[in-house]
Amino acid sequence: MSVQTTEYAASEIRSPASFFANRVFIYGALVFWAFICLFPIYWTITTSFKTAVDVTQGHLIPFVDFRPDWKGWRSLGLSPDSIFRTSTVRDEFIKRFMNSVITSVGASSLAIVIGSLAAYGLTRYRYHFAWFKNEDISFFFLSQLILPPVVLALPFLVLYREVGMLDTRIGLILLYTLMVLPIVIWIMRDQFNSIPVELEEAALVDGLSIWGAFFRIVMPIALPGMVAAFILAMVLCWNEYFFAALLTSTDAKTIPVMVASQTGSQGINWWSMAALATAAITPLAVIGIALERYLIMGMTAGAVK
Amino acid sequence: MADQTLPTSAWPANAVPSDLISPGRKRLGRALMAAATLGLLAVIAVQILFKTEVNTIGFETWRPVVYGYVLWGIALGIGQVLTRGEDGQRALFLLPALLFTIAMVIFPTLFGFYIALTDWNLSAFSGRKFNGLDNFWQMLADPYYRNALFNMVLYVLAVLVEYVIAFGLALLLNAQIRARKFFRVVFLMPLMLSPVAVSWMIGKSLMEYRFGPAATLARQLGWENPAFFSNPITARISIMVLDAWTFIPFMMIMLLAGLQAMSREVLEAARVDGANAWQTFWQVIFPLMLPVSVTAIILRIIFKLKLADIIITVTSGGPGGATDSVSSFIYREYRDRSNVGYGTMLAMAYLIIIIVFVTWLLKFANRFVRNVN
Repeated sequence: MSVQTTEYAASEIRSPASFFANRVFIYGALVFWAFICLFPIYWTITTSFKTAVDVTQGHLIPFVDFRPDWKGWRSLGLSPDSIFRTSTVRDEFIKRFMNSVITSVGASSLAIVIGSLAAYGLTRYRYHFAWFKNEDISFFFLSQLILPPVVLALPFLVLYREVGMLDTRIGLILLYTLMVLPIVIWIMRDQFNSIPVELEEAALVDGLSIWGAFFRIVMPIALPGMVAAFILAMVLCWNEYFFAALLTSTDAKTIPVMVASQTGSQGINWWSMAALATAAITPLAVIGIALERYLIMGMTAGAVK
Repeated sequence: MADQTLPTSAWPANAVPSDLISPGRKRLGRALMAAATLGLLAVIAVQILFKTEVNTIGFETWRPVVYGYVLWGIALGIGQVLTRGEDGQRALFLLPALLFTIAMVIFPTLFGFYIALTDWNLSAFSGRKFNGLDNFWQMLADPYYRNALFNMVLYVLAVLVEYVIAFGLALLLNAQIRARKFFRVVFLMPLMLSPVAVSWMIGKSLMEYRFGPAATLARQLGWENPAFFSNPITARISIMVLDAWTFIPFMMIMLLAGLQAMSREVLEAARVDGANAWQTFWQVIFPLMLPVSVTAIILRIIFKLKLADIIITVTSGGPGGATDSVSSFIYREYRDRSNVGYGTMLAMAYLIIIIVFVTWLLKFANRFVRNVN
């Protein structure tokens, strides 16, 4: 692909025709990819308003092709006419949803707290831990990133059964914390490295303790980085499926597990699947749109020197 | 362990020398750490004796040991501050994460290596039996495991295609365009969505054989029989496409950051020298982007090696294990046959392969980047 990234000042354009072709190509490619990104989402949302006939005939555009119907949402107990009536499916859904919220917020918070502290310590002090130095400790934390979930899953299954933490939210929170901790440490190390040490030195001279300097001086400056790390951790925890599928059964099941179990069992109950999928992706889609800046900040931390 | 953590100050000017701490306080700290350690060991000992039915007093589950470990960690932290003053306070930054990771990784991994050497079926009545290397020999002869490993090679190679697309998208977003923020948000969207929901949205409905829009489109383009998941090759490609759809934005964002960090002067100079767009790209932009590219590709490969959820939910490894990744294969080994011992052996072998591979990859990448620059 030879897309021109340089800006052309008006005087340097070689010919209007090539400039025009260039524009058409760029915008064509952009719109094409936007279509690829959005069509599955559009399809899922519209399908949740379809009836069986609309699905099998492949209708695409609401109000033109087909009459929207609340069928899918009614089966979840979330349509306007069923929202005030009791619905076991809705209760189930809300329970799973809350499980997802609690585990992902809990794990992200825990990871931010212990990850930020460790990252701060590693950027500011020299540690010797047996024969391990700072670089080795950092590497130890970051190397957890390559550990595939499958390696820990079965030992944890057995261990959690022994300590009575199978199918509990706290068990999932601990595992998710472990999963996002390397990423949090990576982002926060980058953050703290960009804060000049002189600030804390001044604070120490003014009589603050090290922890006082950390909480009163460094934390406020590093807050955007913490938000970025938190959001990224949230996304990863919310979407996690593997551990949740293995380690939960009735009480602590999360949204992805619920979605997956529905896909298998109900065959072609498309409208309710589509409604469920829509409900499962909406929270993160909203977060993605609203907090895009922080997400990008988190993902690019340390990538560009 | 406690007395081996000896952080020395980075700013000696302000540190409290350890001899300013009164001997009484030091003694108190040491006593606290010793008491906590003894307490933890006592709980573990009681529990082991109870479980091996040597004595009758004990706890139903091992949970008290977990609480014991947490309390021991807290006591260790307090002890550090008491005995070592400001140095102890510094150690306190690192201790929680370190104790947490050690408890959650080192111990389960070691335990995993032990499980890997046992014949242990959770649904069978007989319980756990040590069987040495039997699982290992069984693994070497297992054609499905070999097939899953081979699939991982294919899936990892697909990263290169994803990289090309991601680079193209990053270039597009970096061009002088209107509504850049809109396109960036839209392009980022797939990364936000849960892979399981995506499996349904795309794998199970868009690509549905009878009336999914993707199948309809394929029919109109002349593919007679658009069954995306019924023959091994198209099934693998479909899985790659699904996974690529969710993860291309990740690489795209990193590459875009690299492009935006590139200095304008270099591009300016290339243009003054009369390079056309093609030459500018290959001789200026691409070489300058190499470090970011390598980081993005390596991170992406690391994520790819964990690939499981899409395969589990869309094909559950089928047809005939053709799309299995190692993770999804082990998952089914446990779900269908409750075969913990063998499954763990497979996982541990995979871990070793991954560690060797990633280490080699990092070394290779290091040399590669250095040679070019």
